[in-house]
Amino acid sequence: MTTVASFNIDYLQYLSPNGDLVGDKKPNVATDFEHLKSIYELMVLTRTFDAKAVALQRTGKLGTYASCLGHEAVHIGIGAAMAEADVFAPMYREYGAQFYRGVKLSEVLLYWGGDERGSDFSGPQHDFPWCVPIATQCTHAAGAALAFKLRGEKRAAVSVVGDGGSSKGDFLEAINAASAFQLPMVLMIVNNQWAISVPRKKQSQGRTLAQKGVAGGLPSIQVDGNDYIAVYTAVKAALKRAYEGKGASVIEAITYRLSDHTTADDASRYRPDDEVENAKQFEPIKRMRKYLTSQGQWNEQLENQLLSTCKVDVDAAVEEYQNASKLTVADMFDHMYEELPHDLAEQKAYAQSLEEKSNG
Amino acid sequence: MAKVTMVEAVTMAMAHELEHDKSVVILGEDVGINGGVFRATAGLAQKFGEDRVIDTPLAEAMIAGMTVGLATQGMRPIAEAQFMGFIFPMFEHIVCHASRMRNRTRGRLTCPLVIRAPYGGGIHAPEHHSESIEAMFAHTPGIKVVIPSSPSRAYGLLLAAIRSPDPVLFFEPKRVYHLNKEEVENDGEEYPLDMCFVIREGTDVTLVTWGAMMKETVEAADALAAQGISAEIIDVATISPLDMDTIHESVAKTGRCVIIQEAAKHCSVSSEIAANLADQGLYNLTAPVKRVTGYDTIMPLFKLEKKYMPTVERILDKVNQVMEVS
Repeated sequence: MTTVASFNIDYLQYLSPNGDLVGDKKPNVATDFEHLKSIYELMVLTRTFDAKAVALQRTGKLGTYASCLGHEAVHIGIGAAMAEADVFAPMYREYGAQFYRGVKLSEVLLYWGGDERGSDFSGPQHDFPWCVPIATQCTHAAGAALAFKLRGEKRAAVSVVGDGGSSKGDFLEAINAASAFQLPMVLMIVNNQWAISVPRKKQSQGRTLAQKGVAGGLPSIQVDGNDYIAVYTAVKAALKRAYEGKGASVIEAITYRLSDHTTADDASRYRPDDEVENAKQFEPIKRMRKYLTSQGQWNEQLENQLLSTCKVDVDAAVEEYQNASKLTVADMFDHMYEELPHDLAEQKAYAQSLEEKSNG
Repeated sequence: MAKVTMVEAVTMAMAHELEHDKSVVILGEDVGINGGVFRATAGLAQKFGEDRVIDTPLAEAMIAGMTVGLATQGMRPIAEAQFMGFIFPMFEHIVCHASRMRNRTRGRLTCPLVIRAPYGGGIHAPEHHSESIEAMFAHTPGIKVVIPSSPSRAYGLLLAAIRSPDPVLFFEPKRVYHLNKEEVENDGEEYPLDMCFVIREGTDVTLVTWGAMMKETVEAADALAAQGISAEIIDVATISPLDMDTIHESVAKTGRCVIIQEAAKHCSVSSEIAANLADQGLYNLTAPVKRVTGYDTIMPLFKLEKKYMPTVERILDKVNQVMEVS
């Protein structure tokens, strides 16, 4: 018997949970402190926003909301590594990546506040909206990548699934498509250990989720998803390969969902508290702050300033969200087709007449 | 002007758009060098290249998902589902994404795509190759569902489908792919996607149908003519959105309506047409609306398929019932 194929999965980490740089080779970004400080600021803004969004839901001012608590490094790492021309195909909690790309805080609130206008967001207009049916965004990203390849554009598509999403056909079919067509694409798995109540180990007996990419012959690695420097470096490298026509990559980022799945979930029913407490020592913001502080780049005064700026920004976003113009029944009809079909126009007119009556 | 079959007209329409619009691409299983299992893409890969007529891995969800991705990023993809029976892995992308992307993003991203699928029974095919499930799609808001019944309408409607700014499901009645030839000018003239076509004018009864059942419907109308009954024939063509105006107008004239479809009866397109006639056209009716349909059974394997599918006799039976009422 001979071995016809074998594989190994590397794990990338630059910033230890204690905030120390580890490993021999350090990427330039590790000492680009202006960049890292701006990233840290966005991480804190994202977390401030997230806490506010949960609070809004608890007080009846927002619908069900999917928290991103603990995912700040991986999400912002993806956003910061991407070029504006690239296409982002998120699931539904990658706000950090989207804020980096220009989506407004208030737009996220609008969406979870039950208003489609939230998905008509700022930032690159070609980016995909939030995608609730799990993993279907992966084949959309593959289609986008094929469009870029066919047109000879130096652009790439980046999709995100969770550990649960990595079990789905669309994720695996996207890996296969990326392989078959050699697509300019990066398939991210944000492994936060929990798919609602189902733990990572019940998704697959595979040692890693990254190795699912090996089946398609794609370079596949694991990174510390709580280490911004590692995520940014890995995604940058994968995008460079994509731009150079060398095809797609799979990156599994290991992180932890410090929150409930959504505000409609209560993780205490299935997840031990000590597991969550333990995970907090690995969380991404603390370690970035430790690192920047140890490098003389951050201090308590800057931290306090940042916290108050974030509060102001988030409050402004909430105000913008709450002051959004009222939807009318026409908004339900107007974006169904480029031109409203005759029978639907009749339904719209009827609905509008009812609305006028109830307003009058 | 060339005389072509329906499947040749389909090919002709796609070739026309590949020629005139660089954003048009075709993707599917066996659509490349092989030209598709029904030869609908015959010669296209050779003429336009394998970057535009793309053989994909065997994965229907992937084809549909990538079609959505292509369409949102400025392409005009035409995906082929090899048979309608294999469209189910595509269903999620059609219902959850293609149909909703414009609405979801307030028009920021749209899905100008076509998914073509040969459908229907009568060609002695294996299991899952003969169903008529157009109603499942007609029930979905945000897409258009189009079914040609002749070579010229296949050409004109497919052109319109490819150029449509909204997603179109284009179901091709494969039983009549090669049935007859018609002169079709390759002039790029599209047909509207929001109206029915009156195929034959008549005064006594309106026969409403689409797709392959047009063959039996025309034969039934010929037989009725011999009996002195003048039947008007309407080809619905676009089943969603549904042009009821044309049907109402016809029924206002004839007072009688028989709807003929190959699909099962329950919750079908004929149900919708009949409900509309009850709602808006009741006082035009002399007789109850009748339907000639497949049975509400599983589409049988081919030994029984002829007993499943509506025949001229079954159409005449229902027409004679409505003609007895005066």
